[in-house]
Amino acid sequence: MAEIRDVIPAFELFQPNSVANALGLLDKYGQDAWVLAGGQDSFDWLKDRIKRPKVVVDLGAIEELKEIRSVGDGLEIGATTSLTEVARHSVVKQRYRVLAEAAENVASPLIRNQGTLGGNLSQDSRCWYYRAGWPCFRAGGDLCYADSPTGMNREHAILEASGCMTVNPSDTAPVLLVLDAKLVLRSRHGERVINAEDYFVGPVTDVRRLNSLQPGELLTAIRIPPTWAGAQFYFEKVRDRQVWDFALVSVAAAMRLSDRTIQHVQLAVNGVAARPLRLRAAEAALQGKGRTEQAAEAAAQIAVQGAEPLQHNGYKVTLMRNLIKRAVRGGAEATWAS
Amino acid sequence: MADYKLIGHDYTTPEMLAKVTGQAKFSEDIRADGMLFCKLLLSPMPHARVLKIDASEALAMNGVAAILTPDDLPEVTVPPAGLTPFALTGWTERALTKEPLYEGEPILAVAAVDEVTAAEAIEKIKVDLEPLPFVIDPLDALRPDGPNGRTQGNVFVGHVGIDSKDIQALKWTAKDFGEVAAGRLPWDAKATVETSVGDVEAGLKQADLVLDETFFIQSTAHQVLEPRSTFAYWQNGKLYLYGSTQSMIRSVGPIARWVGIEPSQLVYISEYSGGGFGSKINSYPYVAIPALLSKKTNRPVMLRISREAENYIGRMRPGFQARIKMGFRKDGRVTAIDSFIIEDPGPYELTGQAEQAAQVASNSYQPLATRFRGIYVATNTPPKGAQRAPGLPQSVSMFEPLISKAARKLGLDQVEIRKINAPSSDSKFGVREPLQNLTSAYVREALDRGAELFKWQERKQRVSQRSGPKVRGIGVSVGSFTAGSVGYDGLLLVKPDGKLYIHQGIGNFGALAVMDTARVAAEFLGMPWKQCEVVWGSSGKHVPWSSNSGGSQTAHAHSRANYATALDLKRKLQEIAAQQMGGSPEAYEVDNGYVYRKDNTGSSLAFAKAAELAIKLGGKYDGHEVPQQVNALTKASVAALAGQGLIGVAKDEFPRKGATQGFVAGFAEVELDLETGVYRIVDYTAVADAGTVLHPRNLGGQILGGSVEGFGHITTRNMIYERQSGRLVSRRMYQIRPPSILDVPLEMNWDAVNIPDPQTPVGIKGVGEPPVGAAAGAVLCAISDALSRVDKDIIYRTPVRLDRVLAALGSGKIHDLLAAYA
Repeated sequence: MAEIRDVIPAFELFQPNSVANALGLLDKYGQDAWVLAGGQDSFDWLKDRIKRPKVVVDLGAIEELKEIRSVGDGLEIGATTSLTEVARHSVVKQRYRVLAEAAENVASPLIRNQGTLGGNLSQDSRCWYYRAGWPCFRAGGDLCYADSPTGMNREHAILEASGCMTVNPSDTAPVLLVLDAKLVLRSRHGERVINAEDYFVGPVTDVRRLNSLQPGELLTAIRIPPTWAGAQFYFEKVRDRQVWDFALVSVAAAMRLSDRTIQHVQLAVNGVAARPLRLRAAEAALQGKGRTEQAAEAAAQIAVQGAEPLQHNGYKVTLMRNLIKRAVRGGAEATWAS
Repeated sequence: MADYKLIGHDYTTPEMLAKVTGQAKFSEDIRADGMLFCKLLLSPMPHARVLKIDASEALAMNGVAAILTPDDLPEVTVPPAGLTPFALTGWTERALTKEPLYEGEPILAVAAVDEVTAAEAIEKIKVDLEPLPFVIDPLDALRPDGPNGRTQGNVFVGHVGIDSKDIQALKWTAKDFGEVAAGRLPWDAKATVETSVGDVEAGLKQADLVLDETFFIQSTAHQVLEPRSTFAYWQNGKLYLYGSTQSMIRSVGPIARWVGIEPSQLVYISEYSGGGFGSKINSYPYVAIPALLSKKTNRPVMLRISREAENYIGRMRPGFQARIKMGFRKDGRVTAIDSFIIEDPGPYELTGQAEQAAQVASNSYQPLATRFRGIYVATNTPPKGAQRAPGLPQSVSMFEPLISKAARKLGLDQVEIRKINAPSSDSKFGVREPLQNLTSAYVREALDRGAELFKWQERKQRVSQRSGPKVRGIGVSVGSFTAGSVGYDGLLLVKPDGKLYIHQGIGNFGALAVMDTARVAAEFLGMPWKQCEVVWGSSGKHVPWSSNSGGSQTAHAHSRANYATALDLKRKLQEIAAQQMGGSPEAYEVDNGYVYRKDNTGSSLAFAKAAELAIKLGGKYDGHEVPQQVNALTKASVAALAGQGLIGVAKDEFPRKGATQGFVAGFAEVELDLETGVYRIVDYTAVADAGTVLHPRNLGGQILGGSVEGFGHITTRNMIYERQSGRLVSRRMYQIRPPSILDVPLEMNWDAVNIPDPQTPVGIKGVGEPPVGAAAGAVLCAISDALSRVDKDIIYRTPVRLDRVLAALGSGKIHDLLAAYA
């Protein structure tokens, strides 16, 4: 049968107005249902006719999923809050500036208006082989086209790769890791709250998925505790174009200092593995140290230990090391004169 | 400078309101009762033979109307002599094929009641394909045991558009490939073309400095804003076809040939086109698909091309693998350029851009001697073609960094070394004898003006200071390209309503020469612009034979044609006035919609009245007689308009000695982060030598728009293939990465030297193409300048993405300098 990567096939569309109704639909249609939030990931799959759901459950009409509210000293952000709203929200900007920065660096203004925070966290791999429908590990096949002598893998993983060489494309994910965020997952059978870090899965856990959402489950909210509010933050995303591009490597840091001594620090990177990585060994190396170039260099070296670049992505090791150094240094390297 | 009322003044072009309000109808917007939509089945393999097509299941579906296969296409004959090379696109290439030569080449099409049905029908078709040997990287085809991209061989020989379908086999030796492995193109390897001017060996010998370097320049997809969608229906034996093209009237012949009809059977409508960049110069073979499906079904048919399919069938600029030797005297003068360039034109025919690249270098840098050797290697990648300044961005990507490197080694200023080598109006250029004369060249003036605007000297001091992990660099570059052709027709009509109708056969694809050159006719008839109507966008509107809207020809060609025609119309007005009011025709002048006596006696005749009189007079006045020298197509248009009013019709027969060339000097500053390899263009200034400025705002748009296109060649645009399967992996815009508005400086400056070309009336030259090269070269040189702050070499491979910068900084390894599509 011939292949055509054009025209979205027909599907049945549901637009529930409550989470309960959405969960009912997911329960009813099971594997046949596709959850649609901002659509920035979904429509690509649908138009390529690679994912062919019978039923699409559009979350766009559920108001309760679009709220940002204070919960205790922290913040709860509804999963379909647009990235633009996250980036512009006054409390986010004042207390968790690093999240606003990451949201502001996603794709383009148009995509940020349409794309959601939950969607940014839950989006699928952008590996060009997988996205084009090649029968790779992630698609249920038995090889990785990026990990072959002729593989084009400039944008692929340098860490934690096992079979599949994909990287996680989310800009906000590493930030949520350093902020100790928790994610609220609901299904018809109840609610579970997990650490942001546990939401993301690498190929060792499940080569077919980038997150731990179970069938019938919906990511409904992102909770940010007050732990790191107002800390010293750093975020930088390195990409080829300044707009509508995924991170080659991104870094996020939250730090509390006493004088010039690092009291607490949390570091995370993305774009280097199938999940955003908290860099605990590097954090430990920095704990109690002065914020010096030497300490930054040592932490960066620890972080890239074990990196295994492919033919075309060795530069990511340099990039990751330098970004971690900059995150530890803090300052304004990410800003440009223009 | 003459005191013009319209020329050199800004105005709002007549189609602008429709464009900005969304009222403009592009071919994809057309709807008709009972229309069908068709979808294409594209080859999943880079080279294969179609053994069997089984469409029975698809044709049995509800709503499926017809299938079109290669067997349904008419025989296409070799085009008649006199057609330009551009019209040959599709000579060997057809709308559908039984032997796909690249992944994505259309094999068949299905028409159905809607696109959902058509797409489902495509999926139900069984196509048996026999895979054939294929090659993606031109160098692989030259290996002793390398595959050939075509069954007949692996290299195209001959000249563009003349005999370029001749294919032969050519292999290099194992020893040659020893050099390739070391990252150098083997200098003594076989070539298929060699041309020279002067003694290049002697030139290199007398040089104080010889640079010898290998380069890789990438291929880039055109990805125009409007995909090449087409809508077609038949009525009374005539085909009505709505398409997107650069050249309106010049598309009629090729389309008729692809569909298998006479040009007189075609009404071609192309009122608005969303860009072409050279990929739609004379339309494209795929228009035959909806036309023939419509004939088969007797219903209107729409073919919408997807963004992804544009990567395949929408053309690309050919990439180069090249080695250049360049000799310099101590004072910076270029003594010799010796180029060996491999072009990857795709599977159908050579584009000649390798030679074009050497030719623009011979113009911009005026070497005392030059030699060009080249090979055009057939690959199973999408067909390449003209893309805004074919050969120029590739050329500057090699020569400009070499000149920068030479200036640094010789201790010369970067602007000065370019001025030393720049052409002047009495210069010649070319890589073949006889050399071509220039009509004019004001490159030094452009460089001086640019250096002044950009504050070159001041900036040179400033950027040498380093702060933190960032360094700055500045670069300057010259871009040159053809800027005008001659010998086309104009057609003007004054109707009894008193309006001047300016008929234009060139296309409306964004460059706006279709409107701007109409102003020339109005200017010389003293006609207020608000009383002028530009008639464009359909062969049914009776337009004159025109130049191709490509190669920066139109502003020059049609300012001439419209000037000639304005003179013809003016003469007729003077004659009618003399007949009515006495005296000689010379006693009369035209202005403001009136022809009046120069001696101020108050005798005058309104154009409206003159039009009525012209109809009464008949003959040459109302189009019943046509000058012999105009094109047959112009004659047909005049015949159709005859009797409607006073007609002006003429051919541009003004003399021209030499070749019209446009020039742009570009100046860029970049800031480069040594820790990430990321760099940004923080400032850009371009100054054009485009002759007389016709429409300042549009000129600025062309210069800066072309500049952004040039930036993309250097910074991010790329196509990537998987070698083992020969399939394209960078399919989406976010993967092929054209620059966005956030990738360019917020404010960019432009200016023009505004000196008329002495060999064309009004002095206007084209400007569409040189800015692309100037910008590409300036940015690349600015990056090299920034890298020189930390004692690093120039860049030898484009695009210059951050991984390449990190590699140049010595902290990362880049795979294989010469590998294509990586």
